[in-house]
Amino acid sequence: MKEHETLEQRLQEQGISRRSFLKFCAAMATMMALPPSSASAIAATLAKVKRPSVIWLSFQECTGCTESLTRSHSPTLESMIFDMVSLDYHHTLQAASGFAAEQAREDAMKEFHGQYLLLVDGSIPIKDGGVYSTIAGRTNLDMLLEAAQGAAAIVAVGSCAAFGGLPNAQPNPTGAVAVSDLIKNKPIINISGCPPIPAVITGVLAHYLTFGALPALDDQGRPKAFYGETIHDRCYRRPFYDQGKFAKTFDDEGARNGWCLYELGCKGPTTHNACATTKWNGGTSFPIESGHGCIGCSEPKFWDAGSFYAPLPAPTADVSSAAKAAAVIGAVAAVAVGAIDRGKKTQAQQSREKLTVDDLKGE
Amino acid sequence: MEQELLLWVRGTGLQIAAAVFVFGMVYRMLHLLMLGRKMSLAAPRGSEWSGGLRTMWKRSFVSTKLSARGNFTVIAGFIFHIGFFITLFFLSQHIELFRAVLSLHWPAMPRGVIDISAVLAIGAMVALLVHRFVDPVKRLLSDYQDYLTWALSFLPLLTGFMLLREIGFEYITLLTLHIASVELLLVVAPFTKLAHMFSTFISRWYNGAVNGFKGINI
Repeated sequence: MKEHETLEQRLQEQGISRRSFLKFCAAMATMMALPPSSASAIAATLAKVKRPSVIWLSFQECTGCTESLTRSHSPTLESMIFDMVSLDYHHTLQAASGFAAEQAREDAMKEFHGQYLLLVDGSIPIKDGGVYSTIAGRTNLDMLLEAAQGAAAIVAVGSCAAFGGLPNAQPNPTGAVAVSDLIKNKPIINISGCPPIPAVITGVLAHYLTFGALPALDDQGRPKAFYGETIHDRCYRRPFYDQGKFAKTFDDEGARNGWCLYELGCKGPTTHNACATTKWNGGTSFPIESGHGCIGCSEPKFWDAGSFYAPLPAPTADVSSAAKAAAVIGAVAAVAVGAIDRGKKTQAQQSREKLTVDDLKGE
Repeated sequence: MEQELLLWVRGTGLQIAAAVFVFGMVYRMLHLLMLGRKMSLAAPRGSEWSGGLRTMWKRSFVSTKLSARGNFTVIAGFIFHIGFFITLFFLSQHIELFRAVLSLHWPAMPRGVIDISAVLAIGAMVALLVHRFVDPVKRLLSDYQDYLTWALSFLPLLTGFMLLREIGFEYITLLTLHIASVELLLVVAPFTKLAHMFSTFISRWYNGAVNGFKGINI
């Protein structure tokens, strides 16, 4: 996988027409909210660009992110990611195994030091020296720190790499952390989601190859073009929310009428992602369109934010028990203080000295 | 950070606020009742209970002719309280909260009614504040607690309306601010004039009972 020919040459070899390529560039420009004229600029740059080396490290993860990127109908925009880059190391996709696989990673790191893109999916366990996840006898922590040194930029793919994800959920037995918790001296872009939308990673790579820099990011390190708005903002069921029309169960009249799923636990209002516009499965639909609320998978701590089926106004902790305990303590305190007050009152009454006529005469 | 903040106000923050509110209110109301009244040795001329209950009911409909507070204060006060109750108890999102905490629920009012109630309540509160500044007697009678309790009651209404219509900030920011403002209200309420949300009926009963005992029918 060391043929660093241009993308145009590679596509021609595979019989992909220039028309398809231009359509891809136009789609990328649209998704990233770039002006229409930039499509030709993307095409011109991408056609000439040498395919950069990419090392993909999979740590504490479920392979769902890789599945998301590869299990799509062909040919798609997502499949072109593998034409745009030279994927020199990827556990799941590479043919090599064992020492040969690790050798390929080390060779790529040496040959393209300071130039390769490092893609990471999965969180990194750091508790007990990081022993809870190892590859070829090396901890994920060790491997990440080494690979990050020579990387031009790091792309954290999926919520585990971006924010810690499921392994980071309470009680976090392995001490799982995100890439950005460990690496501070490299540009990091978070492509969150469980899994992330395939087109988003393609878009980010296309942007990087075209402009030589990472796109504008939000405060969570996510590309604004895809994570700039909430699911709720772009949801086709939004008018029902504004009208106060909510499905109460998954099979009531409201659900059949396609009303808002807010009361069934939809986290769309607090979730930034492009599902409502880019959609899934080749633009077929997204979860809300299938009748299930958004679970908020592209946001930090989404596993710890209460049940997926509890609406946003519902507390995430046991408020009733706290209130009951407080009521008992309050009642006991009031009775105790009240008793002390009464005692003082009685004592004052008993110790009162009676005023006599003689006392008045004395005045 | 935003998600962590929201998680805190929906979880630990709400637990603390609810605990302080319930503790404070139970303590203050029970302590108030335990103060008791001095036994009257006079022969009763009427029933304490009927007098007390009658006053609790009748004071809910203050006659502007008999009130020394004037039409403006009474009417604006009514609009605020009614608007506040409608938005608090009949917005579907609030009912979801009550369902989650108390396992009780009831039908919601249409969104249009909620919108109008919230706007009227907000308008009435602003008008009452302006009146408090402008009216010399009210200004003289007001202390910091009046302004504090005004602000604590106003913020949940304002942030709630902004949240419902997503005005000014993102949903998550407004939701966090709204819940935080309610928590602030809950924490402070038992220890300020806002405790009247419970004590008002106790004091009405007390006044009514005293009058009832003396046979005064008002």
